[in-house]
Amino acid sequence: MAASPVLPKLVGTRVKRREDPRLIQGKATYVDDVKLVGMLHVAFKRSDVAHGQITNVDTSAAAGMPGVEAVYTGAQIAEFVGPMPIGTPFPSPDHHPVAVDTVRYVGEPVAVVVATDRYLARDAADAVVVDYKMLPAVVDPEKAMTGEPAQIHADFENNLAVDSLPSGTGVSADLQTVDSSAVDEAFAKAEQEGVVVSQRMVNQRLAPTAMEPRGVVAHYEPGKDSMTIWSSTQNPHILRTFIAGMNGMGQDQVRAIAPEVGGGFGAKINIYGEEYVVAGVSKQLGVPVKWAEDRSEAFLATIHGRGITGYIDIAAKKDGKVLGMKLRLIADIGAYNMLLTAAIPTLTTLMANATYDIPAIRTTLYEVFTNKTPTDAYRGAGRPEATYFVERGMDMLARELGMDPGEVRRRNFIQPDQFPYATQMGAVYDSGDYAKALDKALEAANWDQLKAERDAARAEGRLVGIGLAMYVEVCGLGPSASLPTGGWEHGQVTIERDGRISATTGASPHGQGNETTFGQMLADQFGVPLEHVTIHHGDTGVVKQGIGTFGSRSQAVGGTVLHMAGEKVKAKMAKFAAALLEVHEDDLEFGDGKISVKGSPDSSKTIAEVAAYAYVPVPLPEGLTPGLSEEAFWEPANNTYPFGCHISLLEIDRDTGEPTLLKLVAVDDAGNLINPLIVEGQIHGGLAQGVGQAMIEEVAYGDDGQPLTASFMDYAIPRAADLPRFELSATVTPTPVNPLGAKGVGEAGTLGSTPCIVSAAVDALSEFGEKHVDMMLRPEKLWQIINGGQS
Amino acid sequence: MAKVTITVNGKTRAAEVEPRMLLVHFLREQLNLTGTHVGCDTSQCGACTVLIDGRSAKSCTVFAVQADGSEVTTIEGLAVADELHPLQNGFWEEHGLQCGYCTPGMIMSAANLLQDNPSPSEEEIRHGLDGNLCRCTGYQHIVNAVQHAAGTKE
Repeated sequence: MAASPVLPKLVGTRVKRREDPRLIQGKATYVDDVKLVGMLHVAFKRSDVAHGQITNVDTSAAAGMPGVEAVYTGAQIAEFVGPMPIGTPFPSPDHHPVAVDTVRYVGEPVAVVVATDRYLARDAADAVVVDYKMLPAVVDPEKAMTGEPAQIHADFENNLAVDSLPSGTGVSADLQTVDSSAVDEAFAKAEQEGVVVSQRMVNQRLAPTAMEPRGVVAHYEPGKDSMTIWSSTQNPHILRTFIAGMNGMGQDQVRAIAPEVGGGFGAKINIYGEEYVVAGVSKQLGVPVKWAEDRSEAFLATIHGRGITGYIDIAAKKDGKVLGMKLRLIADIGAYNMLLTAAIPTLTTLMANATYDIPAIRTTLYEVFTNKTPTDAYRGAGRPEATYFVERGMDMLARELGMDPGEVRRRNFIQPDQFPYATQMGAVYDSGDYAKALDKALEAANWDQLKAERDAARAEGRLVGIGLAMYVEVCGLGPSASLPTGGWEHGQVTIERDGRISATTGASPHGQGNETTFGQMLADQFGVPLEHVTIHHGDTGVVKQGIGTFGSRSQAVGGTVLHMAGEKVKAKMAKFAAALLEVHEDDLEFGDGKISVKGSPDSSKTIAEVAAYAYVPVPLPEGLTPGLSEEAFWEPANNTYPFGCHISLLEIDRDTGEPTLLKLVAVDDAGNLINPLIVEGQIHGGLAQGVGQAMIEEVAYGDDGQPLTASFMDYAIPRAADLPRFELSATVTPTPVNPLGAKGVGEAGTLGSTPCIVSAAVDALSEFGEKHVDMMLRPEKLWQIINGGQS
Repeated sequence: MAKVTITVNGKTRAAEVEPRMLLVHFLREQLNLTGTHVGCDTSQCGACTVLIDGRSAKSCTVFAVQADGSEVTTIEGLAVADELHPLQNGFWEEHGLQCGYCTPGMIMSAANLLQDNPSPSEEEIRHGLDGNLCRCTGYQHIVNAVQHAAGTKE
């Protein structure tokens, strides 16, 4: 039975968002807007030293202050909240949500105050006095790997959380066999008759900085022995699982709600110590408790991203064909493993093949503890790092060979007829046409004219450069084998008794606009107006099951499963309609709010009429049960691999070293698009974050482990005037992995942008012979190069 | 405690507040006007922007007592009756928001901008919104939204 909507199809069109009316009128409810009767406020006393033994915590003054209901030291919290679980199989040191005997980064909680108002809670937290025996701060990850100047965790010698983990060609899946002959031969051949380019590159630490800081409200109700927790989270179902486990409760006793969530960018995947503590304190006291993070806390205590140093070697023939690649990665993961910390750099190794048919690759991964805020997933999560290292390497290769940067890439592309393509790194790319994206970008940027403009500017003595980068990322996560939470998603579609459509999705959004895109899909599927469909999300009391929104998965996985649940409901509706119309269900079609007999549109029933019958089924058709509500679980058999090409034009002021991004052209292929307007927004946002990383963002620490970028005064995220107008276009290569053909686009912008901007900067500086510049492109660093100093 | 009388969205509100209470907390906690958000603690992000006597101000940088006797407009009071303000409509039409957290402050700043300069150029819009941070949109659709409201969008 085919759908043939008379209403205009919404999928593929620029429908404006249904979420917006509440957001533009100040009528949305974020977690800090939640108020409950009798609610108390939590403030955390945090460590102001990077590494030290706690010798005394004096809470007496705080306990006597106005409005203070309770004060807890780390040891007291540990009596009812244990060390935090992680979500990866890597070995991990104990990580208490509030430090018990040692602090390992500035911002680590050391005491908890509960008071009647947030001002009083803060006053009392300031009155907690903590004494430390100072320990040497471990700041430089490469020094830390030698055990210097201190060891942070007793069981992790040389501060290595992961020690020389190999992947790629010749490495068996169980890591028992590591055969380096293919890689060695590739480099031997290149040494003899080709070229080898080598470079150390730093993909610096960043702060995700969603505009809404984190926050949590927990309400344990002793009479019901149940907990409701509101949190600014990307994945309420995972939160529920962990909160229940840490509080000795069943998952049936905990309801987790992600209300309006003000951005996440990966940082709100984690289940944080503050969430465990607030829930635990509410259970202890039997009253609702709130904690709202302030921005300075967010810079210290919300995870950071990136922070990976790469040593890349590329072996190639003189015609540009790559023979082999080596990539040694040193991830500065900070003081502890958080939920996915250890797994993020493995996504860098997974994507080391990039868009190229490279016969031999070896990656070696080290993850190193330092006295810094822990790292974890930040938009792109491991893939921007891979793209940056490989694409900068390819650019260096092009420069070494005197080749056009597009041409050297073209000679190495995986070809369209090679898909599905099994990479050296263990991924199976689903579909791709990389030359098409490159050609489209060259055309969109007007490459030859761009080069001519650059050369003309140079003739005037200006420092102008162009850069190009390809990317491929792993999205639509993913099969359960690749995700510790499970890689499925859940959806339920209900035709209500009045014929309107309710749907629930486990893909809990935080700005993605799923109410609109999923609504578009269901409206088309049932042939009804968008206004007849409501998408419910973000509440485990309403949405039975779910995983969440990360890894550019909500459309590819969450959208797909909702479509499947919709098909199940349609099948049942058709049976009820067939009984009403006394025809066979195969002779029916959906459209324009009705179910009609094919070829005789006058013979029809409205969806409301069919629903009225289905909920009072007299007589009940044989083999049917009452009601119209169907759910589906689904997981993809593979991830998706969207790709694209970014091109930039950048000028550096010869006198001041100040870089200006003049142009950024992005061609992105995310497969089929449900709502191109929303897709553009996602790409713009990703590009802005990529430009931020390339040009102005960097989390910095002093030698003593003190954070130097703990507010927006010191950590620069792009402002409106920092960015050019982005020029977007697309190619469409659907994925065979899901029936929608959608690949995912949430992170795309962060991948190609950093290498293409840095390559443009290197191009602009070519007269000085500089082969590479590390991000961020600080004017002082560029000025040094211009003036003959060290970069 | 100090007594303040502030007209908020056309309604006169009298209250006793601690002298250190920030205007943003007065609006959010005492008046339950939670459309005004707090995104930082150093007056950089602009999520808390409101109009005080018709001029945009970051309400996290103003004590409630400093607003005594003034007229404050928040996002909840920007539109007249049930009509969307042209800026609200522009943000909706042009997809000028994603997570929505910065949006109320962004709209209030843009209101001040258009009041001073009804037909700003793209560059003037970008500079005019320099006190407001957005992490989702990359600003391009925000610029379009302000142009839409100004009637200058092509």
